[in-house]
Amino acid sequence: MGGSTGYFEFNTVDWNQMWSATWETIWMTIVSIVAVAILGYFIGLLLFETSGSTNLVVRIINWIVALFVNVFRSIPFIILIVLLLPFTKNVVGTIIGPVAALPSLIISAAPFYGRMVELAFHEIDRGVLEASNAMGASQWQIITKVLLPESLPALISGITVTTISLIGYTAMAGAIGAGGLGNLAYQEGFESSNNTVTLVATVIIVIIVFAFQFLGDFATRKVDKRVL
Amino acid sequence: MIEFKDVSKTFATEKGNVTAIKDVNMKIEDGEIFGIVGYSGAGKTTLIRMLNGLETPTTGVVEVNGTKISELDRNALRKKRHKIGMIFQHFNLLWSRTVRKNIEFPLEIAKISKADRQKKAEELIKLVGLEGKEDAYPSELSGGQKQRVGVARALANDPEILLSDEATSALDPQTTDEVLDLLMDINKRLGITIVLITHEMHVIRKICEHVAVLDGGKIIESGQVLDVFKHPQQPITKRFVYSEAAPSPEDTNVVVEQLLKEYPNGKIIQLTFHGNQANLPIVSEIIHKFPKIRISIIEGNIHQTHEGAIGSLFLQLIGDEGDINGALDYLKTMRVETEVIEHGR
Ligand SMILES: Nc1ncnc2c1ncn2[C@@H]1O[C@H](COP(=O)(O)OP(=O)(O)OP(=O)(O)O)[C@@H](O)[C@H]1O
Ligand SMILES: [Mg+2]
Repeated sequence: MGGSTGYFEFNTVDWNQMWSATWETIWMTIVSIVAVAILGYFIGLLLFETSGSTNLVVRIINWIVALFVNVFRSIPFIILIVLLLPFTKNVVGTIIGPVAALPSLIISAAPFYGRMVELAFHEIDRGVLEASNAMGASQWQIITKVLLPESLPALISGITVTTISLIGYTAMAGAIGAGGLGNLAYQEGFESSNNTVTLVATVIIVIIVFAFQFLGDFATRKVDKRVL
Repeated sequence: MIEFKDVSKTFATEKGNVTAIKDVNMKIEDGEIFGIVGYSGAGKTTLIRMLNGLETPTTGVVEVNGTKISELDRNALRKKRHKIGMIFQHFNLLWSRTVRKNIEFPLEIAKISKADRQKKAEELIKLVGLEGKEDAYPSELSGGQKQRVGVARALANDPEILLSDEATSALDPQTTDEVLDLLMDINKRLGITIVLITHEMHVIRKICEHVAVLDGGKIIESGQVLDVFKHPQQPITKRFVYSEAAPSPEDTNVVVEQLLKEYPNGKIIQLTFHGNQANLPIVSEIIHKFPKIRISIIEGNIHQTHEGAIGSLFLQLIGDEGDINGALDYLKTMRVETEVIEHGR
């Protein structure tokens, strides 16, 4: 390692490398968030539908899912990646590159979002569910026509929060070889002491976070018809 | 017809069993408006929820038009529920749907085609008087408008009966009257049976034909609304009937129609006294001044309200037109509120 460079020596930045790292970060985030949204939705639905039952089997299912959720939520991400290395190698075939980051990203964020989904469902007015039942709605109709639309603002703001922590995770995953801006900042910025690269990578990540936050807030406001 | 046969309901709770309904036997005829009144915790909600199977009786049978509700399987029960509309105290509309879409909701549940849904929603919007609000969201509506949506939604699948659980309890008096008028109108036009529960006696008086008084899960008194109002038997019923301040009990269509039926001759007038006007010797003055008029006292009463005493007196005046009009003019000079009772008031 030579002497550190300054923060503003932009001519030392390999912009092609920077853009491809940016693209990797965005790609990892979007692919994993889609998977997290779907998986989390089902986890939340399962938790919600099985809560408060008197049936023993249903209670056991609820207990198992809740345990799974709580365990995976409490494992620090960096440890989860290491823990899942054999699994990742099996599923993806490699432990290097953006694709290899996906299993850990998804498995860490899905339970987190699942809890948010469950909470969002619990916040729905009980009277509306009662009315739907009184009209003879089937469970499936209630899920698609009531639970989903009536909790949409909370689901969207939940996915926004989850996305932002996922962006943080991609950077962490990058540091151990998953690619993306985190990887670039670590390899070029830290190992080769190019502070300008670290700064630029940081700025880009902040912009990505802001963009997702803005989009999420906008969508939440757009769908929320409770206060006009 | 709706029939409760020896219906009881016990809830098992952590603190032991709670008997919410006890040995209820009751019949509700087709096309009538039937009221169930009782204090909080009397079991009203539990009772009405048995009609659409949201609650199952522990013992006994609930029949709606010959179908035993508690014996239906899940699918049959859902089908039956399409034909039983329900409205709620807090409206329970979907905030994410517009007025139109809220009304279409039960039609979607019953898998009605899109074209038919739209047509039906259009009709119902007119029926409940919400034209111009079709595309508003519930958060943009007043309480009364929300309940109109609730009513329209409950009627979407052309139900045989309409259940109302405290549907006016969250509304101010004037809006309450509007919604009650709407219910009455629907009952007349569609011939639908309405079962409504309330803790407000004036709701019963205004629109119900029959009433049952529920206390501690038991029906302690029931009958024609007019009879129950005139001759309440049980202490609780008396409390309900008398607790009611203004407007006076006569202020109802049912009572008016009844009076006109019973006293077809002459003119029926209602005098209303406030405070110490009740001490004026009005009747003897009229007899004195208009000796050719025959006067019978139909009924009278005095209510204590927070604004002082309010009395009302119903008189039947029989005689020739001129004399009666003279008497009416005379009453006007006495500063007593006078109203001639007519059909369709
Ligand atoms: N699901 C339940 N579990 C246990 N107890 C219940 C349940 N539902 C009702 N009860 C009890 O049954 C009794 C009657 O309740 P219900 O809700 O029918 O009364 P209500 O007449 O509708 O009262 P309100 O005017 O306050 O709505 C109450 O003592 C209540 O605590
Ligand atoms: Mg109730």
